[in-house]
Amino acid sequence: MDILDIRKQFPILHQEVNGHPLVYLDSAATSQKPIQVIEALEKYYREYNSNVHRGVHTLGTRATDGYEGAREKVRKFINAKSTEEIIFTRGTTTAINTVAASYGAANLKEGDEIVISHMEHHSNIIPWQQIAKKTGAQLKYLPLQEDGTISLEDVRATVNSNTKIVSIMQVSNVLGVINPIKEIAKIAHENGAIMVVDGAQSAPHMKIDVQDLDCDFFAFSGHKMCAPTGIGALYGKKSLLEKMEPIEYGGEMIDFVELYDSTWKELPWKFEGGTPIIAGAIGLGAAIDFLEQVGLEHIAEHEHKLAAYAMEKMSTIEGISIFGPQDPAKRAGLVTFNISDVHPHDVATVLDAEGIAVRAGHHCAQPLMRWLKQSATARASFYLYNTEEEIDKLVAGLIKTKEYFSDVF
Amino acid sequence: MSFNNLDSLYRQVIMDHYKNPRNKGVLEDGNLTINMNNPTCGDRIQLSMNVVDGIVTDAKFEGEGCSISMSSASMMTQAIKGKNINDAIKLSSVFSNMMQGKEYEDDLDLGDIEALQGVSKFPARIKCATLAWKAMEKGLKEEEQS
Repeated sequence: MDILDIRKQFPILHQEVNGHPLVYLDSAATSQKPIQVIEALEKYYREYNSNVHRGVHTLGTRATDGYEGAREKVRKFINAKSTEEIIFTRGTTTAINTVAASYGAANLKEGDEIVISHMEHHSNIIPWQQIAKKTGAQLKYLPLQEDGTISLEDVRATVNSNTKIVSIMQVSNVLGVINPIKEIAKIAHENGAIMVVDGAQSAPHMKIDVQDLDCDFFAFSGHKMCAPTGIGALYGKKSLLEKMEPIEYGGEMIDFVELYDSTWKELPWKFEGGTPIIAGAIGLGAAIDFLEQVGLEHIAEHEHKLAAYAMEKMSTIEGISIFGPQDPAKRAGLVTFNISDVHPHDVATVLDAEGIAVRAGHHCAQPLMRWLKQSATARASFYLYNTEEEIDKLVAGLIKTKEYFSDVF
Repeated sequence: MSFNNLDSLYRQVIMDHYKNPRNKGVLEDGNLTINMNNPTCGDRIQLSMNVVDGIVTDAKFEGEGCSISMSSASMMTQAIKGKNINDAIKLSSVFSNMMQGKEYEDDLDLGDIEALQGVSKFPARIKCATLAWKAMEKGLKEEEQS
């Protein structure tokens, strides 16, 4: 994997920010877009913008081919059995909300339990809180080990015959932990529950095989994996999706509309009411082509190396706390940290003055922040275009930050 | 932007208020308590004020946040003590204009608050500076209406 060659394909990286070359370490929030994706969007809008699944005209056919072609790319990308199991959504949030509002509403009742974990992103907490309130089901949290990992003993102790849904993120956007989804799914199934996976932080970075994981639903966002914002996908097992009701009604998703009743299209379209996210899906298809050309296994390996390098260099900074497992082998490509006496916002502002973009805040994981006993943290996250040299710059920037704040005090 | 520009944000007087916050704590006899947080970043403040006959006789704050939000809270509590509700709310709108880089009335003695002017050049940090002021404005407006 030639990083310099990869970097050439990301036009945005070649600029100065505040007088320094941009060091973009915020890909867990959103990734940058390669020229292939930007060009695919431009080509669509310049050459074949048209609505899908209706017009008999040539542009309509091209747009439909592009849109449905992207669905096949997504299917292959996560190894789903059929494109009927791939629903385009606005992103992970919409995907999980769809499962909660449709499957949850139909299958939960008082006495049932939903199991999530303390490390979840708000998008995998609030949809379950809401559906629990509506149905009378109970929301239960898996505890975390001291290093932020989930133990299978805890899963076995928490999941029982009352559990109907287990919903866990595959990779934590704060701790960097990679959760044992396949094993958790097995426990869920042994207890008669379904397994939902928040793949927002895993799909961009590692090979996903939904059949091997044996999950029932898998949600992810395009914008974290080189695709545009506003597109993502929900995978669901056909046997479950077939029985589920749509949650959005309108154009596109209908079969017959009578005056007082209607019937729905077959899968996956019954879940895609309204004009779909055509350009976004085509952009996602181009992003998948790009990532597969580089190779997900190479991307994962590169990020593991970067994370290990960052952990090693950053841990030498006096007064730094790094959250999550200290063993780089257990982590994905991000490092969440705090520097004593300097608030993460101040860290992010000083780094920005050096052209370095990191995230500061609660990372949409307020329950996890409380578990970590932090009001906020700073996070550097890596992707295929980042280099060790950039991590050196981060470390130098952090040392400067410390010096700067010890000077002003 | 170099570290020299950072100095326009992190002025010494701001750092002094951050390290040695004035009016930190909870007013035992306060008749107004306002909790506010910045949901995008996790900063939070609890402001307690005592308002007697339309005058803010005392104010204290508790909370957690960055240097900008906490120093701004410290300065705000200092500035409103002894002011009547109208003047305190007016000061808040002057501060808001200052943060947005708009013209603001400079006949008011802003004291330490003027040091926060540099925040207007850091758009991502304006919400940090205005948190405590929004809490104050909310509390006093509710008091005014009651």
